[in-house]
Amino acid sequence: MKPYSPNSPRQSLLRSEVEPLLEVRGISCNYDLERAVFDLSLTVHRGEQVCLLGPSGCGKTTVLRAIAGFHPILTGSILINDQQVSAVNNMVPPEARRVGMVFQDHALFPHLTVRENIAAGLAQLSAGLRGESVGEMLERMGLSHHADRYPHELSGGQQQRVALARALAPKPLLLLMDEPFSSLDQELREHMGQEVSDMLKESGTTCVMVTHDQNDAFALGDKVGVMSEGAIVQWDTPYNLYHQPQTHFVADFIGNGVFINGQCEDKKQVNTSLGMLQSDIALDWSNDADIEVLLRPDDVVYDPDGSIIAKVTRRAFKGAQIMYTLRTLDGVKLLALFPSHANFGIGDEVRVRLDVDHLVVFEQNSTVD
Amino acid sequence: MIATKTDLPNAIPSRRVEWSVWTSGWTLGSVLLALLALMPVAAVLFFALDSSGDIWTHLVETVLFGYLSNTLLLMLGVGFSVLLTGVSTAWLVTMCRFPGRRMFEWLLLLPLAIPAYVIAYAYTDFLEYAGPVQGALRMVFGWQSAQDYYFPEIRSLEGAIIFMGLVLYPYVYLLARAAFLEQSVNVLEVSRVLGRGPWRTFISVSLPAARPAIVVGVSLALMETLNDYGTVDFFAVYTMTAGLVDVWLGMGSLAGGAQIATTMLIFVIVLISLERMSRRHQKVFQQSSSRFRQLPTYPLKGYRAGFAMSVCGLPVLAGFVIPVLVLSRLAFVYFDESWTPAFKTYALNSLMLSFVAALFALTVALFIAYSRRLHEGRLLALATRVASLGYAVPGAVLAVGILVPFAAFDNAVDAFLRETVGISSGLLLSGTIFAVLFAYVVRFLAVALGQVESSLEKISPSLDMAARTLGYRAGPTLVRYHLPLIKGGMLTAVMIVFVDCMKELPATLLLRPFNFETLATHVYQFASDEMLGEAALGSLTIVAVGLLPVLLLSRMISSSRENIASSQRRNS
Repeated sequence: MKPYSPNSPRQSLLRSEVEPLLEVRGISCNYDLERAVFDLSLTVHRGEQVCLLGPSGCGKTTVLRAIAGFHPILTGSILINDQQVSAVNNMVPPEARRVGMVFQDHALFPHLTVRENIAAGLAQLSAGLRGESVGEMLERMGLSHHADRYPHELSGGQQQRVALARALAPKPLLLLMDEPFSSLDQELREHMGQEVSDMLKESGTTCVMVTHDQNDAFALGDKVGVMSEGAIVQWDTPYNLYHQPQTHFVADFIGNGVFINGQCEDKKQVNTSLGMLQSDIALDWSNDADIEVLLRPDDVVYDPDGSIIAKVTRRAFKGAQIMYTLRTLDGVKLLALFPSHANFGIGDEVRVRLDVDHLVVFEQNSTVD
Repeated sequence: MIATKTDLPNAIPSRRVEWSVWTSGWTLGSVLLALLALMPVAAVLFFALDSSGDIWTHLVETVLFGYLSNTLLLMLGVGFSVLLTGVSTAWLVTMCRFPGRRMFEWLLLLPLAIPAYVIAYAYTDFLEYAGPVQGALRMVFGWQSAQDYYFPEIRSLEGAIIFMGLVLYPYVYLLARAAFLEQSVNVLEVSRVLGRGPWRTFISVSLPAARPAIVVGVSLALMETLNDYGTVDFFAVYTMTAGLVDVWLGMGSLAGGAQIATTMLIFVIVLISLERMSRRHQKVFQQSSSRFRQLPTYPLKGYRAGFAMSVCGLPVLAGFVIPVLVLSRLAFVYFDESWTPAFKTYALNSLMLSFVAALFALTVALFIAYSRRLHEGRLLALATRVASLGYAVPGAVLAVGILVPFAAFDNAVDAFLRETVGISSGLLLSGTIFAVLFAYVVRFLAVALGQVESSLEKISPSLDMAARTLGYRAGPTLVRYHLPLIKGGMLTAVMIVFVDCMKELPATLLLRPFNFETLATHVYQFASDEMLGEAALGSLTIVAVGLLPVLLLSRMISSSRENIASSQRRNS
């Protein structure tokens, strides 16, 4: 089992050479008579796990339903394994697509035992093969002791495993997961995310997951597509999404942070009320252009000798660290993540400095996106 | 690259089906079923407009206004009666505490088991000149004949109003009770804190909030009133329904019947609009978060408790206990005359016919409800609505609407066969059991559809998607994964439709094959011949069967009370 590395260029390079398994080519969908997905394209290669991440109502679930064959498309086409499964007015029904699906509410058949649930997709096999297949799956998911229980007798995590086992048992070409971890509590959620990620990697399962939770997306996705208003705004690795967001929306949606206003100078530095910030690459703005710079909480460093003086307006204890909301004397709001021993109360004055190695810069009026 | 593809054992089967085709089998079927259910109403309108106008002029000049005013008076009277009884009893059992309250909660439903014509027969026997009440009065006061004293005429418009009110008030009671229960406790408490007493809180807060539910209950009761034929015929109250049958059978004018039926459809439209409009308001008014919280109840003591007990006890006594006792006595006395082989045949006819109709209704309801689940959209929403219109259309109107097209079909087939093969096919649809079954399914489809839809709604849509992605087509998904989960709802649907069919009189009477009797028509025939004693056993049987859904309802009521109790235990 390989350890999970969020940003391994070698891996993605290798993958891009493999043939694509899922191709979504410029699809548009309506939801309740309103356009919900606009000309959306994406490619998933064999063995790759990707996530569609976005706020509720961004159209991500509609995309998943279109891939599964539950939602008609108005433009474009969808190909699985090089075969066209969806086109305008022409759809292969979901039961003939060889996709597996896992749902937020698990959707286990309540009147069937764990064993029968897992066997549900294996109707075409002989009884012997079916039993073997189910036994294997039970073993792999650690469910052997619960094989004859009913779903309502299981914990949330166990139900999740049954749902996954049932979807994987028929060996689908593609696994689709719709907010699979939302119904679990926080601790179990992280644990299951890791476990599922390891298992999918191990078995080389190609998977598309939809979620509104960036932690889920980062735990599972080799690539993450951030969606907004029916379109993918950035398709990238989790690392790049955090450190090199392409739009104001992505910067805002992924992680915490604040934007501070400034003016571009000499294409390589930005003059802000908190001082001059140096960029490691040339900035594509003219002199004195009004721009804004993204400051992540880890860009604001606690430093008793720092030049910026700010007051604590809010604090949130996170164990090893404390997230502070600060307000400078000029009234600029900052978020700062300090080690837990830098303990301040609300109203205290703190000295900080900025430690930004790569500047993320947008035009000032881009906030409207 | 291509070589690796063909090696894959995982290739998607090349079965390609048009999107529009693999859903439209269901859509198309549902639309056809809805049109079929709409056919009787369409036929009535078409036939009434198409046929010659002279009978209409004749009707207007002679009897129509009499029919209209009788119908309006009857509906007004019944409406007022069920409103008063239903709302007062519902308020007492939900908002007050008095001895026997919990029992009254379900006892008050019992009159629902008795069809209006049965209670009319029972009370006629009980209160007529030769009956026990007048006999006892004569004995006590020494009167010799009817000239010596005044006794109100039972078989009159007033009598019809009273007896229909006695068996129809549970519609209002049920809905008003649910509305009171679902009202937010907080709003009621706020009203009390603001200084309003129990009565003013009831008048100014509870009643207005429950109004939509009450209107729904009243309109349902009035639909039943409009539908009734047995009572008004026995009491010689010439309402629209009685008039329709008289013009059709008595004057032999089906066209005239259709024209009266058209007039009745106006009443139907008004009642349906009233009901639908109120149901929409109901959704807005009843948005309580604490559904199972115990309402603050007013403890009643002394004469107040006695008063509450009589208000709740009277409808149960008059609407259920007395008629059942009267019928039981008659059935006992006339048992040997009633328990005949013919009676057993009629009972069997009723059972078979009702059961088959219930199964048909369930199948059609499943098909339509599942199509709608598969394929959301306005077309199927409309189809569902159209398919469930039948409950509001009186049985006599349905009968005209079914007989006209069926007879036309039979004549066409007969004429064609005579011309081509030289044989006569006779009656294929009209005057057969099939016509009766068709009427039952159209009239009671709404009940089955409502049950099936609400059961299906409880199943998460992701369960469907899970089954589909596991390789099951829409049909097998329904059979394997939905049906086992909605068994209870399906059973309830079958039972309610079954019982409604057992009680149904006008459509059965008008559409049944020659010499074919069910329990309902048998009871009606004997009653028409003033042989109430011989009719009693049949009546009692119908009441006994009618008790089934009432008992189910009362069980639901008591289980919801257990929910209240257990949620209180959790809260404390």
